[in-house]
Parts: sequence; structure tokens; C-alpha cells
Amino acid sequence: MAATTNASSDLNYITEFKGIKSWLTSLDHKRIGLLYMMAVLTYFLFGGIMALLLRLELFSPGANFLSADQYNQVMTYHGAVMVFMVIIPGIPAILGNFFLPIHIGAKDVAFPRLNLASWYIFMIGSILAVSTLFTSKIDTGWTFYTPYSLKTSTAVITMVFAAFIMGMSSILTGLNFIVTVHKLRAPGMTMHRIPLFVWALYSTAILQVLATPVLAITLLLLIAERAFGVGVFNPELGGDPVLFQHFFWFYSHPAVYIMILPAMGIVSELIAAFSRKVIFGYTAIAYSSIGIAAVSFFVWGHHMFVSGQSEIAGVLFSFLTMLVGVPTAIKMFNWLATLYKGSVSFQSPMLFALGFMFLFAIGGVTGIILAVMGVDVHFHDTYFVVAHFHYVMVGGTLMALMGGFYYWFPKMFGKMFNESLAQISFALIFIGFNVTFFPQFILGSMGMPRRYFDYIPAYHSLNSISTVGSWLIASGFFLSVYIFWQAFCHGAKAPANPWGAKTLEWQIPSPPIHTNFEVEPIIKAGPYEYR
Amino acid sequence: MFWTSVAHAGNMMPIPATDIAVEVDNLYNFLLISSFIACAILIGGMIYFVIKYKRKSNNDKTAYITHNSFLEFLWSFIPLVVFLGVFGWGWHVYHEMRKMPANALEIHVQGKQWAWEIEYKSGVKTANLIVVPIDTDVKLIMSSIDVLHSFFVPSFRIKQDVVPGRYTSLWFRANKFGEFHIFCAEFCGTQHSGMIGKLKVVTQKEYEEWLEEESKVGTLPLAKRGEKLFQVKACSGCHSASDLSVKVGPPLFQKFGASREVADGQNVVIDENYVRESILNPNAKIAKGFNPGIMPTFAGQLSEVELNALLEYIKGLK
Repeated sequence: MAATTNASSDLNYITEFKGIKSWLTSLDHKRIGLLYMMAVLTYFLFGGIMALLLRLELFSPGANFLSADQYNQVMTYHGAVMVFMVIIPGIPAILGNFFLPIHIGAKDVAFPRLNLASWYIFMIGSILAVSTLFTSKIDTGWTFYTPYSLKTSTAVITMVFAAFIMGMSSILTGLNFIVTVHKLRAPGMTMHRIPLFVWALYSTAILQVLATPVLAITLLLLIAERAFGVGVFNPELGGDPVLFQHFFWFYSHPAVYIMILPAMGIVSELIAAFSRKVIFGYTAIAYSSIGIAAVSFFVWGHHMFVSGQSEIAGVLFSFLTMLVGVPTAIKMFNWLATLYKGSVSFQSPMLFALGFMFLFAIGGVTGIILAVMGVDVHFHDTYFVVAHFHYVMVGGTLMALMGGFYYWFPKMFGKMFNESLAQISFALIFIGFNVTFFPQFILGSMGMPRRYFDYIPAYHSLNSISTVGSWLIASGFFLSVYIFWQAFCHGAKAPANPWGAKTLEWQIPSPPIHTNFEVEPIIKAGPYEYR
Repeated sequence: MFWTSVAHAGNMMPIPATDIAVEVDNLYNFLLISSFIACAILIGGMIYFVIKYKRKSNNDKTAYITHNSFLEFLWSFIPLVVFLGVFGWGWHVYHEMRKMPANALEIHVQGKQWAWEIEYKSGVKTANLIVVPIDTDVKLIMSSIDVLHSFFVPSFRIKQDVVPGRYTSLWFRANKFGEFHIFCAEFCGTQHSGMIGKLKVVTQKEYEEWLEEESKVGTLPLAKRGEKLFQVKACSGCHSASDLSVKVGPPLFQKFGASREVADGQNVVIDENYVRESILNPNAKIAKGFNPGIMPTFAGQLSEVELNALLEYIKGLK
């Protein structure tokens, strides 16, 4: 018995098996999480370079170094890659895969083989998507609106099929998580004792399983129409282009919550851990995730107030959108109340969580502004919308993802990173983000439409400021890459629980062993018992 | 050129030029102030708490507060009331925008890649230019011949997608003189950001004079009519007529009578028949270095007389 303990304390999930093949055939949820991490970070770099290029082109009016067609392609790849290949899979597939089983005291997810299959399916889809770069590219914007996507001479079919394949991967991951949460919780781990990150992933998984098939059907119809001339969306064939928008947003609005709910889960973990305080309103946060997931299916029409849908449809969608705002507000107030009488530390993961709250507050209130019909008519399809969803998707999801990476890096790799550099990286990203995107609210108010390659001179100075901000964000992210690389190669050994947090992953060694726990844990209390 | 629409009010919106724009701004100002208060509570509260409860030692005792039903009720109920209030107000403004006035001056608008074609009931046609009298209800009846576009006048706070295969409409009643931008707000391809029109608000008298002037186009010499058509059909959006610069397609300046290499490598002389073919069947002989499928056909959209007018105009570009 003593000998086994010694042997296993030297080995962890990274060192127990060796070689490329052991990674590519691994059924370990932690290794699959890292496989996703490598892919997603590569795509993030690509999408980020696209963002820098398009901001550079917009530095001043007129054609600078891209042609209009090239700009439209860069804009499309930035959107499609960031949405389908970074933000949607980001948190669930990397951090969710790694920590969901550990958080509930399980050895692995319910279907490890399916989990690995999901990664391969994702890779096939994403590589197919990137392959269009070497053919005729694509210029439709990430939304593939008909009938433009039926008429443009670019590689729409390949890209849409790639999104279809990645959707399959998303469905399978969601299914896996739902079953895991229901069936593999350790003894004593009731649904009211699972960490809020798990609740968030669980709500997300429901959305993935229920909403993604609609996207799949829509994309197949688009392919059928483009390849075989079946008239669905094309008015020349008797179709209706607005129908496509209904189908598309029926998926893509819930997808917004697929993107943000896991981020909210991470923020709940970070706020509790770095305030060393029990989370305020556990039940409210957990059920508001489910509430958001449920209502998010019925708000898609708020993307279409000026599309030609009827006034009564617009009224219903505007009303329901207001209802989805309430559980979101509840979460914000709960985090705020958790800080009250806590012991707040400003370590880098917490800075990202506080940055999230700051930016998400602005993203949230501007979301309400856009849900007000009479006002949205002016703001729809302007830079105001661009600023709003970047405040939510980047200021929200990416800030939380970065906070999560810093928080769990010591656990995942068993190494500590340079804390002061991490704080500088946060400052660069946070300040750069505001410099980039706040001016875009003003540009939108002034009336500058989105997806514009060129603009009138009145919009020049704010666009230049925005472009300079994008360089600050980029330097912040590159600094983070350096920090992680340096920590990975030369970091000091991480203790099991560097932050003094209470959830299960911090009660096992860093990095964890292959089976996560030496013996199956028995749970006697909730996840945030700081007293 | 002076554009009224680039001047801005304090809330950074363009100076409103209709009554509805003022209503939108009142609602928007209310939303801005409420948003500022909400952010002050959330962000200000966050900053206050993190400073006040900053960790002092590793053994800090923290409070054990799991929930507070009264507070939770308050911060669910108050936002809900505010949200429903602005929802109702927003609906009211939206309804005003959608309620088409009776007896409005009706103008047809056709979106196409990449221009706004305007047709008045008297038969006057323009491209990217709408002239309307002040203090008059104007209704636009809009459709698209190719992909989605969106008709957007920031100074009027109105926007409506223009959809192929159906009519959409919007209305406005301008209360300020000036020239206002028309933007295309729905992505429509290469020249999406160049699809900019001008909406000019003038007196009733100026409007009638302008309409009269425009209706005389039919009596002009062929080349002059061609010049007009070149604008109206938005040829000028893609083909330069005044120099050799490349916009989207090849320039037409000084090209008539010259020889040109086409996509399959052969040389053709740009004569009357080549010009005619290029207008009616643009993909037949694409100039080398340009892509097929970009220029739409104008077959069925131009009469024989109009073709002749365009030809005479192009001949004269020297």
C-alpha cells in the first residue's frame, strides 16, 4: 500500500504516459482538454491577427493596404473563427473538459471515447474551415445571410459544412456533460453542492444539445440551395431570405449564451475563491443560468427589428428580451454581494474577474438599450452593436477565459507563473479593450454602419483611437503567452492549493493524477465553505 | 460639401432632423442616464467593496452570508420594472415609426449592388439622391433586385432592410433643411461601404423646380442623357469616366476605339458592339485582370434609346 502511494505521487496525468500517440489516443478528459487548448489557442492567434488587420485597414478612411474584397474576407474570417472556433468551444471544451469531472468528484466524463471523438470531429471541421483560405475564401460575414451567401462566388459551401461539422462536436460535448453531471457525481455531491462553474456548463450543455441541431438544419438547407438549387431562401426560386435569419438566430441567439454562461461560471468560482467567502445566492445563480438558457430560445427576433418582420413579432421579442435581462442582473448583484465583507485579494485571476464585472456591466446595459425597439432601429447594424457584443464576448467571455487560465494554470501544469507580469498583462488587455471598443459606441451613435471597409471623414479620429487600442490588447495577449510559456518551462513547482480555494480540484495534487482522485471523495458540504 | 448629418448633439447622435428622431433621442437619453446609474451602482459598488474589504492577512475571517431574500427580491424586481418601462416606451416609438401616414409623397427606392435607384411617380429617376420638400410626409416603397440592403438615415433615426422579392417601406417628415447621409446598413458585398446616398431637404418650391428640371432629361442630346443614365444606373459606382483609376471594374475614360486584352487572351477592339455586349452580357468578354460575375446584366433594364445614349456618352469620354 505504501509503495503504491509513493509511485503514484511521482506520476501525474502528464507524465504517466509518454509520446505523441499517447496524447492523440488519450481518453483522459484532462488531456483532451489540453488538446482542445492547443487547437483553440492557434485559432485565437489566427482570429486575432485578422482583427489586427481589419483595425489597421480602418485606421484611416479610404483603401489603405487591403482591397474592399480582401477586407470583407478578413472581417468574415475574424468573425467566423472567433465565434465557431474560439469562443463557443473555448471554455467548455478546454476548462470544462478539464475541471467538470474533478469538480463533481468523478474520474472522467461519462463517455470518454465520445469525448475524444468530439475533439477529432472539431478538428476535422475547423481544419476544413481554415482550408477555405487556400481556395476561394469567404466574404459573407459570419452570419451567412441569404441571398448574398447564395450569390457570392466564394467558398460558402465548404465553410458552412465546416460549421455544420463543428456543430456536431458541440452537440456531443454537451450530451457528454449532461450525462456526466447527472450520473457521475461523487457520493454526497448533491445538485446543490456542485460548483457554480458546473451549473453553468450544465446549462450551456442543454443549449448546445437543443439549439445546435437547428443550425445544422439551416446550414444543410443553405448547402442544398446553393448546390442543387432547392428554393428555400432565394426569392428567385420562391424562397424567403428573411426565413434564413429566423433559422440562423434561433440557434445563434442561444449560442450567445453558450458563449457567456460558462464565463459567468468561471467568474462565480473566482469571486468566491479570491474573496474567501461563501458565494452569495448560490441557488439564485444556479437557477438563473437555467432561466437564461430557457428564455434565450425565445428572443431571437430582437436581431430582426428592421428586417421586415411584423410589428407584433418585434414587440414579443423585445418583451422576452427584457425578461432575459433580469437573471443576468441577478448574477451581477450576487457577485457584488459576495465581495461584501470578504477578504479580497488582487491576484491576477481576480483582476480578470473584476475586469469581467466592469466590462460586462457596460455590455449588459447596452444590451438593454439595443432591446428597446424604437432605439434599436437607429443602432441596428451600426458600430454600437459591434461595441456591445465585444463588451460581452471579449470583455465577458475572453476576460473570464483568461482569468480561468491564470487560476487553473498551477493545477493544470503544476507550475506557478510570474504574478507581476500577469498583472501587467491584465492591465494591457483591460485598458486596450476599453480604448478599442468604447469609441465604437460613439461611432455607432453617430451612425457608422458595421462591416464598412471605408467610412466618411467624420468617423476618422475615433477609428484611429480604436485601432491603437487593438495594439494594446494584442501586446497584453502576447505577454500572457510569454508568461505561460516561461511558467511552463521554468516556473516554480505549484502547491496543491496556491489560492486557498475550497472546490475539489484544489484538494488533490498539482497536476492531478490520471484518475484524479486516489480514493473516491465523499462530499459533506457545499463548494464554498469558507468559515 | 456640407453635410448636415455630421454635426452632433451632446449624446453623440447626429442632430435630429425629424420629430421622431427627437422622440428616439429622449428615450435614448433616458436609457443613457439609467445605464449610467446602473453602472455606477455595479462598478462603483464593486470598487468600493474591493477596497474596503481588501485582504489584510491570510487569516482574515469572512462573513458567512448565503442569501438575503429581501435584497434578492429588490434587485430582481427593480430591474424588471425598469426593463418593462423602457420596453413599453420603445414600443410606442417604434409604433410611431411604423404607422404609415395617409396621403404621403410616395417615392420608390430600389437597392442594388451598389447603389440606391430612386424613382418618383412623375417618372423622374435619380441614383443615390432623394430630394424631398420640408415638413411633408414622405413614404419610401423599397425593394431590392439582388441581395439584402438596409436603408439608413442616421439623422432621421430610421432604418429598414430592403429585401428582394417583397416590398418594405418607411416614412419620415423632415423638419430641417440640409443634406443627409443615406447609408446601406446590411452587408451586401464589395462596395457595401460605398453605397452612400444623399437625402436633400428643400422648400416645396425648390422641390417642384428640381422635379421639373429633371423631367426634361428626355429632350436632351443623346450623350447628355447617357451621362445622366451613367449616374442613375450607378455605372459610375464601378467605372471611372474621368480618369484611368480602377474602382471595381475597368475605367471607361479614353477607352473607346482602343484595343483590350480579354480573359481568354485574345485582343478585342472596344467598338459599339463590344460596349453593347458588355452592358447586356457582361461576363462574355471580361477585361484581363478582372473577375467575372461581379457586374450584373442590364438586359431588360435599358431601352434601345437608353443603350444608344450610354454608347454616345462612352464614345465621348476623352
